[in-house]
Amino acid sequence: MMELLNIALPKGRLGEKVYARFKAAGYPCPSIEEENRKLIFENEEAGVRYFWVKPSDVAIYVERGAADIGVAGKDILLEYEPDVYELADLGLGKCRMCVAAKKDFRDRMDRVLRVATKFPHIAGGYYATLSREIDIIHLNGSIEIAPILGLSDVIVDIVETGKTLLENDLEPKETIVPISARLIANKVGYKFKHEQITELCRRMEALSEKG
Amino acid sequence: MNDSPIRRPDERAGLLLRELYHRHGYQGYRMSKFEPYDLYARNKSFLVSENILTFTDTDGRLMALKPDVTLSIIKNAQPSGQALEKVYYHENVYRTSPAAAGYREIMQTGLECIGALDLAAMGEVLALAAESLALLSGEYLLDLGHVGLVSALLAEQAGLEEAVRAGLLAELGRKNAPAIRSLCAQAGLEHSLAEKLCRLSQLYGPPAQVLPQLEELAECREAQAALEELEGLCRILERLDLLERVRLDFSIVNDMRYYNGVIFRGYLPGLASGVLAGGRYDNLLRRMGKAGGAIGFAVYLDQLERLDQGSDYDVDVLLLYSLQDDPAAVAERTRALMAEGKSVRAERTAPPRLRYRELVRFSEGGPA
Repeated sequence: MMELLNIALPKGRLGEKVYARFKAAGYPCPSIEEENRKLIFENEEAGVRYFWVKPSDVAIYVERGAADIGVAGKDILLEYEPDVYELADLGLGKCRMCVAAKKDFRDRMDRVLRVATKFPHIAGGYYATLSREIDIIHLNGSIEIAPILGLSDVIVDIVETGKTLLENDLEPKETIVPISARLIANKVGYKFKHEQITELCRRMEALSEKG
Repeated sequence: MNDSPIRRPDERAGLLLRELYHRHGYQGYRMSKFEPYDLYARNKSFLVSENILTFTDTDGRLMALKPDVTLSIIKNAQPSGQALEKVYYHENVYRTSPAAAGYREIMQTGLECIGALDLAAMGEVLALAAESLALLSGEYLLDLGHVGLVSALLAEQAGLEEAVRAGLLAELGRKNAPAIRSLCAQAGLEHSLAEKLCRLSQLYGPPAQVLPQLEELAECREAQAALEELEGLCRILERLDLLERVRLDFSIVNDMRYYNGVIFRGYLPGLASGVLAGGRYDNLLRRMGKAGGAIGFAVYLDQLERLDQGSDYDVDVLLLYSLQDDPAAVAERTRALMAEGKSVRAERTAPPRLRYRELVRFSEGGPA
């Protein structure tokens, strides 16, 4: 019998969409659709084993080989730079990494810019390309209140619709990079389960093209 | 790998590998644990991780615990004329890895072949890499690529900016075809180059299947030469019955300031990262002021620990005795049980965490 393909899915709204894509591609798993609190689901017929993990952990599971493939946002891949193959852009969960600030923000070029973000690596890299000296404030959530309380001048964060920003009197100022969900694979798993993974990849890409 | 429970898989593999290299006429090479820091500082980007563990020697010189073996060997290599220098080593190196915080000690066994290389010598090293993997697991895979082919493709585009080139190589390493396309488009490169690189990134498979596809990609002379070299090496491996587990893969890219020809990686099922890495690195030799070619590889033995299933028990027999028993008789009884091939632990009370297969009470019989 073929070994099951271990697939790490990001818990949450994106994960639901991603699973729906896998299902449409011919990798359904009925037990995952039942309401329960289990974390691991198998369908031997389709040859897959899914598990839900925290979105920012997907890349870790894949990099260390606990999952053969997984779906992670480009933001996570840019921030942690895991050593994995990036096989396809699924076109799901589209948003962008932005610099945002208060609407009336005036950028004082003669000062060190204080940047609050969940993505210090991306933010640092972006400002390094601009040769701008910054002070990074690493936060884990509710980034939007940092400029309001004067903790930072700007924030670097993911913007989907911009509604949260707007409600907090902020607006996106610059786009750093567009973000979407990517299909990633462990480099060794890719070799030992090559046929399974390329077939899955082919089917997923065919669906992405259809939109 | 279960001939003896006390011999760890990495130790056993280290012995087997050295024996293999010795039988192929390679000479053992023992080196100092330290080198002047200078050696590594000058060649930082050759190293897997740029962090180097340093200390000040008694004479005030800055020294480093060696993060790499190859540099030390090359520094001391003195190839003469047509004769090659063939050495193997078994050494600890000290590195950081992105996954683990702080420095780690990693045991490496490997070999280097330095001098006027020809196809036979390269084939020998590649065959030894395959045989090394076979000693570790029957289900290994050996990925083979060629830096020359990739650089020949990139050279087709004149005046390629360094940043774009580095970006393309990084995406090639991720097999990320969409990113290669968009990078090429952004940099205004020819569409044909983008398509070739994308196809190259997606190629993976046995040589018989991949080599014909490479023919279409290798148009210029340099690429042709690289392809011919690959074909030649595959013929050697085929003759030695070692081709079956070889896969061609052009996503293995290393720093081209050091590597120039074939490049290879070895993988075992169940291990999340490679256990063997090697390639041809004439450029490094040149940077260190030496002529000729060099090819070699290293096997990372620290990973093998993960392969070991281990025993479910600490000992086979727990022998319980009491203070009333004759100590000499207890000793005798222990030897008798050991003679049956079992491991025996003698105690008065059972240690709380000890897992044993069988409990024997001394008071309950046995030879007097």
